[in-house]
Amino acid sequence: MATSIFGSGIRRREDPRLITGAATYTDDLSLPDMVHAAMLRSPHAHARITRIDTSRAKKAPGVVAVFAGAEIDALQAMPCAWLLPNSNLKVATYRCGACDVVRYVGDIVGVVVAETPYQAQDALELVDVDYEPLPVVTDPVSANKPGAPQLHPDVPNNEAFHWTVGGGDIDAAFKNAELVVKERIVQQRLIPNAMEPRAALAQWKGASGELTLWNTTQNPHILRFLCSVVTGVSEDKLRVIAPEVGGGFGSKIAAYPADFITVFCARKLNRPVKWTESRRENYQATTHGRDHVQEIELAAKKDGTILGLRATVWAGMGAYLSTAAPGIPTILHGLMLSGVYKLPALKEDVHGVYTNTTPVEAYRGAGRPEATFMIERMMDKLAAELKMDPAELRLKNMIPRFENGHSVVTGLSYDSGDYPAGLKKLLAHVKYQELRKEQADARKKGRYLGIGLATYVEICGLGPSQVAGAIGFQGGLWESAIVRFHPTGKVHVFIGASPHGQGEETTFAQIVASEIGVDVGDVKVFHGDTDVTPMGWGTYGSRTTAVGGAALVFATRKVKEKAKIIAAHLLEAAVEDIEYGDGKFAVKGSPDKAKTIQEIALMAHVAWNMPKDVEAGLEASMFYDPPNFTFPYGSHLAVVEVDTETGQVDLKRYVALDDCGPQINPVIVEGQVHGGVVQGVGQALWEEAVYDENGQLLTGSMVDYALPRADLLPNIEVLSTVTPSPHHPLGLKGIGEAGTIASTAAVYNAVLDAVAPLGVKTLQMPMTPERVWRAMQQAQGRA
Amino acid sequence: MYAPEFDYYRAKSIAEAGELLKKYPGAKLLAGGHSLIPLLKLRLASPPALVDIGRIGELKGLAVKDGKVRIGALTTHAELASSTELRAQCPALAEAASHVGDPAVRNRGTIGGNVAHADPASDLPTVLTALGARFESIGPGGKKTITADQFFQGMMATALGEHDVLTDIEVAAQAAGQGGSYVKFVHPASRYAVIGVAAIVTAVAGNCTSAVIALGGLVPRPVRASSVEKAIIGQTLTPDTIASAAGRVSADLGDEVLGDIFASAEYRRTVAPVWVKRALTKAAERAMSQAAAV
Amino acid sequence: MKVPVTVTVNGRRYARDVEPRLLLVHFIRDLGGITGTKIGCDTSQCGACTVLLDGVAVRSCTCLAVQADGSAVTTIEGLAENGKLHPLQEAFWNKHGLQCGFCTPGMILAAHELLRTKPKPTDEEIRAGLEGNMCRCTGYHNIVRSVREAAGAMAGR
Repeated sequence: MATSIFGSGIRRREDPRLITGAATYTDDLSLPDMVHAAMLRSPHAHARITRIDTSRAKKAPGVVAVFAGAEIDALQAMPCAWLLPNSNLKVATYRCGACDVVRYVGDIVGVVVAETPYQAQDALELVDVDYEPLPVVTDPVSANKPGAPQLHPDVPNNEAFHWTVGGGDIDAAFKNAELVVKERIVQQRLIPNAMEPRAALAQWKGASGELTLWNTTQNPHILRFLCSVVTGVSEDKLRVIAPEVGGGFGSKIAAYPADFITVFCARKLNRPVKWTESRRENYQATTHGRDHVQEIELAAKKDGTILGLRATVWAGMGAYLSTAAPGIPTILHGLMLSGVYKLPALKEDVHGVYTNTTPVEAYRGAGRPEATFMIERMMDKLAAELKMDPAELRLKNMIPRFENGHSVVTGLSYDSGDYPAGLKKLLAHVKYQELRKEQADARKKGRYLGIGLATYVEICGLGPSQVAGAIGFQGGLWESAIVRFHPTGKVHVFIGASPHGQGEETTFAQIVASEIGVDVGDVKVFHGDTDVTPMGWGTYGSRTTAVGGAALVFATRKVKEKAKIIAAHLLEAAVEDIEYGDGKFAVKGSPDKAKTIQEIALMAHVAWNMPKDVEAGLEASMFYDPPNFTFPYGSHLAVVEVDTETGQVDLKRYVALDDCGPQINPVIVEGQVHGGVVQGVGQALWEEAVYDENGQLLTGSMVDYALPRADLLPNIEVLSTVTPSPHHPLGLKGIGEAGTIASTAAVYNAVLDAVAPLGVKTLQMPMTPERVWRAMQQAQGRA
Repeated sequence: MYAPEFDYYRAKSIAEAGELLKKYPGAKLLAGGHSLIPLLKLRLASPPALVDIGRIGELKGLAVKDGKVRIGALTTHAELASSTELRAQCPALAEAASHVGDPAVRNRGTIGGNVAHADPASDLPTVLTALGARFESIGPGGKKTITADQFFQGMMATALGEHDVLTDIEVAAQAAGQGGSYVKFVHPASRYAVIGVAAIVTAVAGNCTSAVIALGGLVPRPVRASSVEKAIIGQTLTPDTIASAAGRVSADLGDEVLGDIFASAEYRRTVAPVWVKRALTKAAERAMSQAAAV
Repeated sequence: MKVPVTVTVNGRRYARDVEPRLLLVHFIRDLGGITGTKIGCDTSQCGACTVLLDGVAVRSCTCLAVQADGSAVTTIEGLAENGKLHPLQEAFWNKHGLQCGFCTPGMILAAHELLRTKPKPTDEEIRAGLEGNMCRCTGYHNIVRSVREAAGAMAGR
């Protein structure tokens, strides 16, 4: 039993409540006497507020209160939690409610609270605000130029930071290069689109001065800390609950003004206040992702050996720096630019730039897809220049197999990997040479198939807290777990991380069951409530299993050690003579002399016969700070067909090979890959947040912003290799973001491969029919 | 999102609907609501009152008689798409109805509501234009019949008067040797037509004896592609003749081609012949197999 | 103006006086307190609010409560019978057809509609049948598997 539960694709225990409608998400909650908040948001991207008059709104039916401007200024400014060192970081003041100047469409100006959401919405239209429009800039390159409209005082050229990373002798690399390929890539701005819109419900208990905030967050403990800072409710009296959370993808990491304004209203009115965003509001004011403009040069020899990569990136940060934003286009991006390759030299400059747009944050992959895309695009470009097969070029430059540490030019030490083996397995699976032949045959018949590869390595398992401090992260990055046995041998597990769809209630129960010989059904996992669970830093960056899972393993092993002592005492044997196997603690050589963990749990609770100096009860906690990050990796392949008459792209086949180390539950791993891949495909083919020159979001709803739909996608083939991380107790690395990191580049490379015979050299994402068609027209000299 | 306040009146008959419209100036008719409710939720429309005609039995249903298909205004897209009778008598219309929105939208959205809304990117107006549909309504001046070329007047505008209730839509059933099709370049987000082309072709011994082609999506109101029609009528239906005829479509588009961030006017204009070719090819194949079957 | 509306939700009658502008989804969630049905997009795109209205899948966010007056609504809570999961629910569970679960109630009811009209769909037909329901977690692959399994189970019933 202990051997089979780890690695078994058992059904998720989360599901019964989710498939029956019994799960409770934040917006499903309602409390007696509850009122509803609606945020008054700026319709201008940049404007000075000259007058706010709330008197009409205050008289509207059902309205309980209206607060605007200085009235909500009692709240502290929004903190930025990633203070990037050595980057001339300028954190502009980010108020919960704008008092003087609004800086993006969606910036909060005030709030209406009413008995029903309908009445709140009605009254919003009655708040009179006069704006004096200011000049607007929405793209990071223009915003970074002298003379551009300035968003904040004392931030010249809107430059929030200028960060650099480098290693090796970059000048020598380019001096010795036999060939240099260059490219300009726009990693367009994306809208995360968790299916559940954000929501907050705040309940103030005036008598005790306690506040409970139910919120759609990926990290309740961080939110409690930030909420305490902004609202002034002390941490001990503040309880943050993340009930069922409907996906996040990074957009539910940040702390948001609307949440704190909801808290503010609850305190002011002494009534529970609920706020739920509309999807339109979600598009305007919940954080976006990506938004890079990248200029890249890759130096190489004629035999395909890469020598150095040089790049300048302008990263749009939006109007303000969101909670973790500065670390995304820098630490999580620049440090990954060696990819899976032997890259001798690197230099990257990243300009983080304020623009009159929605703040940008982590979005699934967070910096790593942008890095992977850069490398994988350049590898294909180099292969094309050299007329080399892209797979061959990759294999030529790959870091060979290593089991315990490999240092790369960015200064990171990858944990373990066998990159060539993964790529070779993928190529064998798809019968790569035959696939290329099929492609050649199809071309003869006028059909344009494209094959695209992308390999990646990502940094997960964030991370050693000492490193977090060194890179300016204003917190630790350890995780915690408490394992508590009950008298009957049933187990409660409390974790600091906060899963919201990833299935750790199941996989963490599998970890405990496989470690200590209880039935997986006897383990219940608690998360997402700061009053119930130990402190933890949250679920993002594919870190919950890699860090929180390790904490759980060690906590379980602590219980096991104590159980061993109790078993020895009960069996009248020496502790050294007790061995654990198959759910039992037995005396070596006498398998009949044994106690099950259930028996031990009972004896530990009744405590009639405890060993000397051993406490009653059976539980342990662990705060685990990892010694290094983990580095999952893989190789993906996409096959597309381009309709050359219209430019439409059909994704015909997608094969993902990922190595996240041993898999606790392969069905869940597969599910993570499927979803991740499709999000990356979305960036390649459909998704883009588009602003007009006035800073209005043209893709302001799902009517205009194209999300991946079932009928546009193939099934995804999922393969894996298993290379354990040497520093994780179970070798686990993380899988949450892998799919997204590779798939955008794989699909891009495939589409370009399809139309390359027509002379197309570059494409812009998303690769809409018109863009592909135009590229073909231009290549053929017809436009 | 929350609609603004309005009053609500449920009409039990067409006559009562007309009376209510007169009684409450500015009131709007509510059928399935799939065009109107989204506008209300966005607060892009704020009528003082809605007159719900959704339960008027005489507005429902589909019947074929004397070579005519008569469709009640409240017939849903799902009913159109799944009607075996319509598939047989008027396949292009059934095909277009199966392209509207998605299954849940098709279950409630009605043909009457759809055409009265006259969204240029909608599917049914295009195919009804190709079919030469007749739109029957009852208003203050009594019964009125409007042909498709008159009915769709422009972007979101029809020939219906403020107090008219659209009651029926009539199209000719498919004749022997006729084939119809509707092809659609779907907007990936809205699911509306970036380009929609309906074609009705008659083939006799492989020759095109009649052709009607209508274009939607890329123009403010559905238009006939008469240049294409002229070019294909009298020709043997081959890939070459079809492609060459389809190439004439730019002459039919006028100077009001629509464009947006997904597909510019220039692009739509340039690829329009491809979609016309595809619609025509499909219609021609169906016409020829029909003719063979006869 | 308020109008009387009676809707039977999952077999239970709810009679309320409501503003005509009240959406069916708000009637079910806010007045009925039956919160399994979700609101995901506000623009009839995402399908999270899908319910069965007199047995047929509709968007409860694009339907006024007054339009449903006298009708019977089935939400995700009403799909299991006598404590036994519906084959679709079983299949979504078996095949890992959900992650965060937010789209799931609408997705299952949309799949219910598909199987009502096409009991033995191909994978392509399943994908087409779910074109109006968005999921951001699963990439749809396991949803297709789930519906395929449910179709088999329901055919064998």
